[in-house]
Amino acid sequence: MNDMIQTESLRFAYPADEGQKPVYALRGVDLEIEKGSFVVVLGHNGSGKSTLAKTFNAVLLPAGGKVYVEGMDTLDQELLLAIRQRVGMVFQNPDNQIVANVVEEDVAFAPENLGVPTEEIRKRVDAALKAVGMDEFVTHAPHLLSGGQKQRIAIAGVIAMEPACIVLDEATAMLDPIGRREVLTTVHRLNKEKGITVILITHHMNEAEAADRVVVMDDGRVDLDGTPQEVFSQVTRLRRLGLTVPDTVDLLDRLRLDGWDVPLDALSVEDCAAAVAGALK
Amino acid sequence: MLKDITLGQYFPGDTPAHRLDPRTKILLVVLYIAALFTAKSFLTYGLMALVLAACVRISKVGLKALVKGLKPVLFIIVFTGILNLFFTPGENELWAWGPFHVTDTGIQNAAFMVLRIMLLIMGTFLMTYTTSPISLTDGLERLLNGLKRFHVPVHELTMIMSIALRFIPTLIEETDKIMSAQKARGADFESGNLIEKARALVPILVPLFISAFRRADELATAMECRCYHGGEGRTKLHVLKYEGRDYVALALGALILAGVISLRVLGL
Amino acid sequence: MAILEIKNLTHTYGIGTPFQRSAVEDISFAVEPGEFLGVIGHTGSGKSTLIQHLNGLLKPTSGQILLDGRDIWAEPKKIRNIRFQVGLVFQYPEYQLFEETVYKDISFGPKNQGKTGDELDHAVREAARLVGLRDEHLEKSPFELSGGQKRRAALAGVLAMEPKVLVLDEPTAGLDPAGRENLMANIREYHRNKGTTIILVSHSMDEIAQNVDRILVLKSAHILMSGTPAEVFTRAEELLSAGLDVPQITRVAMALRDRGVPIDPAVYTVEDLERQLLALKGGGSPC
Repeated sequence: MNDMIQTESLRFAYPADEGQKPVYALRGVDLEIEKGSFVVVLGHNGSGKSTLAKTFNAVLLPAGGKVYVEGMDTLDQELLLAIRQRVGMVFQNPDNQIVANVVEEDVAFAPENLGVPTEEIRKRVDAALKAVGMDEFVTHAPHLLSGGQKQRIAIAGVIAMEPACIVLDEATAMLDPIGRREVLTTVHRLNKEKGITVILITHHMNEAEAADRVVVMDDGRVDLDGTPQEVFSQVTRLRRLGLTVPDTVDLLDRLRLDGWDVPLDALSVEDCAAAVAGALK
Repeated sequence: MLKDITLGQYFPGDTPAHRLDPRTKILLVVLYIAALFTAKSFLTYGLMALVLAACVRISKVGLKALVKGLKPVLFIIVFTGILNLFFTPGENELWAWGPFHVTDTGIQNAAFMVLRIMLLIMGTFLMTYTTSPISLTDGLERLLNGLKRFHVPVHELTMIMSIALRFIPTLIEETDKIMSAQKARGADFESGNLIEKARALVPILVPLFISAFRRADELATAMECRCYHGGEGRTKLHVLKYEGRDYVALALGALILAGVISLRVLGL
Repeated sequence: MAILEIKNLTHTYGIGTPFQRSAVEDISFAVEPGEFLGVIGHTGSGKSTLIQHLNGLLKPTSGQILLDGRDIWAEPKKIRNIRFQVGLVFQYPEYQLFEETVYKDISFGPKNQGKTGDELDHAVREAARLVGLRDEHLEKSPFELSGGQKRRAALAGVLAMEPKVLVLDEPTAGLDPAGRENLMANIREYHRNKGTTIILVSHSMDEIAQNVDRILVLKSAHILMSGTPAEVFTRAEELLSAGLDVPQITRVAMALRDRGVPIDPAVYTVEDLERQLLALKGGGSPC
């Protein structure tokens, strides 16, 4: 079995006010996320993307359908810790997920909860901080770090559980461009070097450029699903969903409308320039 | 201005004072306080001040930082001083006016009280400055472990304490931000009478509480995501272990207390 | 005459401590009435310190801030009046909402200003209209609104003071693309209709490029560049080597020039680049 996470007609509703019908945030999601892949989930606010992320490690439980983590049913209470150890979560606000006053203590929090022996915790903490490039900050106070550094500490705190998958729930939304780059480089490296499955929830389109797969959510359902090139070629559809396309694609789209023979899937700056230059010859 | 508050601050370092087991440090503070309350003469107070000075020296914490810690309690110190100075009965009255009278015992008492509070606070702060909040709560948890038998939720209490300490700087920063934002809308925190001043706090307190609840909620989820399920079966990155230096430090502490008690018995 | 003039502004934190550090150092610039000025720079470049001087939340260590030619600190007791004239909207302003209803919250500023009765009511409703909040939103608790609406309500709370200069710190941070675009459209419309001077602080080069008349680039407490977007993005290489972003389309233009395509270096919008490419292709029939 090669699926990290699998959902089957997954439905979820937040509790409604009295006398009101519950509003479904997820209305039938079927998704298989392959082990070792880098998947970006896009969607406007309220599309259900964050809700979906929270069902991946049993923070939210399905109201209908199923979520399986490496074959484990998230509805099974007995498996709760095992599931959360396999799928780590990093949230939006860096300040609200750091538990301790010292970086190493914070990174140690999860292994401590899991009852990992002391010497092993030490090894994991050092390895995790190294993996996110924060090994110089072992004894620093987290509240004095930059936003990007705090999020890298949060990622290290998750890696110390030795998970198979990391879900970043809009973890770059509150960061400045430098912080965003730091986090992205870190998770891409973890994905490549350690084979950790990465699920990145975001509404910054350019963060999806280097992904293996892009899933676009709308109204509690999967609307588009494919490689970045496939998804971003759907210019009109994306715009209708309240999303933008990278300026590179926008330019190519306009040029095509002007009658140029350029591909629509040259996402990166280099590819786009090459395509345009080619068409000019 | 709120940034001046040093409560719960920790200055990382690698001195013998930092390396002591937190339990040792808590016990030492207890011994120190006991000694302070036993002290009754300039000799013993001098000794206590000397002990503190030596500890400050060893810890390499600047004296400035310690004195700064006294700022929030300045009022209490002055108040206690004045109370003792003017209202202590004594044989040798030096000055009197109505209910106020200054006696030699009064001067002595006032000096002792002020010294006692200052030394007590600086001593306690020296501990928090040289001990990370986590290891401090850790030490406290271990010291109080015996109370678990009486169904005291020791782990939960110390977890609450360490999270509270963790969020102090965050909430202070947030308060500053909210105050600036409301000032930008013309809020006035300086003028007006007491009631008006209290009402001016509403635009700060409401957002601050809402934000604190939101933070609490998110932190709880984040902790659960990192497999937190209470104190059961938890291990530690840093396991507390008494070492040679802890026994030496505790012995020294006990010796000083014994010395102060002996001096008291000897009437010195 | 410039509406706002910053003269040799320096602000030093922690004077006399080992942490002494100047967040802005000897900065001078002027803002013309009705101008839409963009300020860009990294976290720590001095942006936040700079903007908190413009309405007197911070006092210069040295230097002056002139509003309509008068030093704002000439009468320190009247500094509140400056805050009504230079409206400052902080990052994530929705966290400052505190009243029972949106209406009451928006009226906090104008009430502090001394507005009452019809004048107050008009100011509140006009501000709400400007940010695109409907009447039914006004009677709701601010905490019932969606994230984007909360942001708008907080923005209205500053607009209701009818400031001459509006300073916006990262107004679209954390919003999704549609939310970002809608809010910026509101701000552009407000600028067009009211002619208010706007200073927009943003991390997003694209957002700055698309909206402002002039850009001020800050780097480590100093002004690195100042000029029209075309002037600034012509120096794209310099921006990149300073660790700042340039709009994606400027990077495409750079890559095209590297390939020998003669593109004007000042291009920074998709429309511009498209126009230039079409011109280059000339009358040649489309393939």
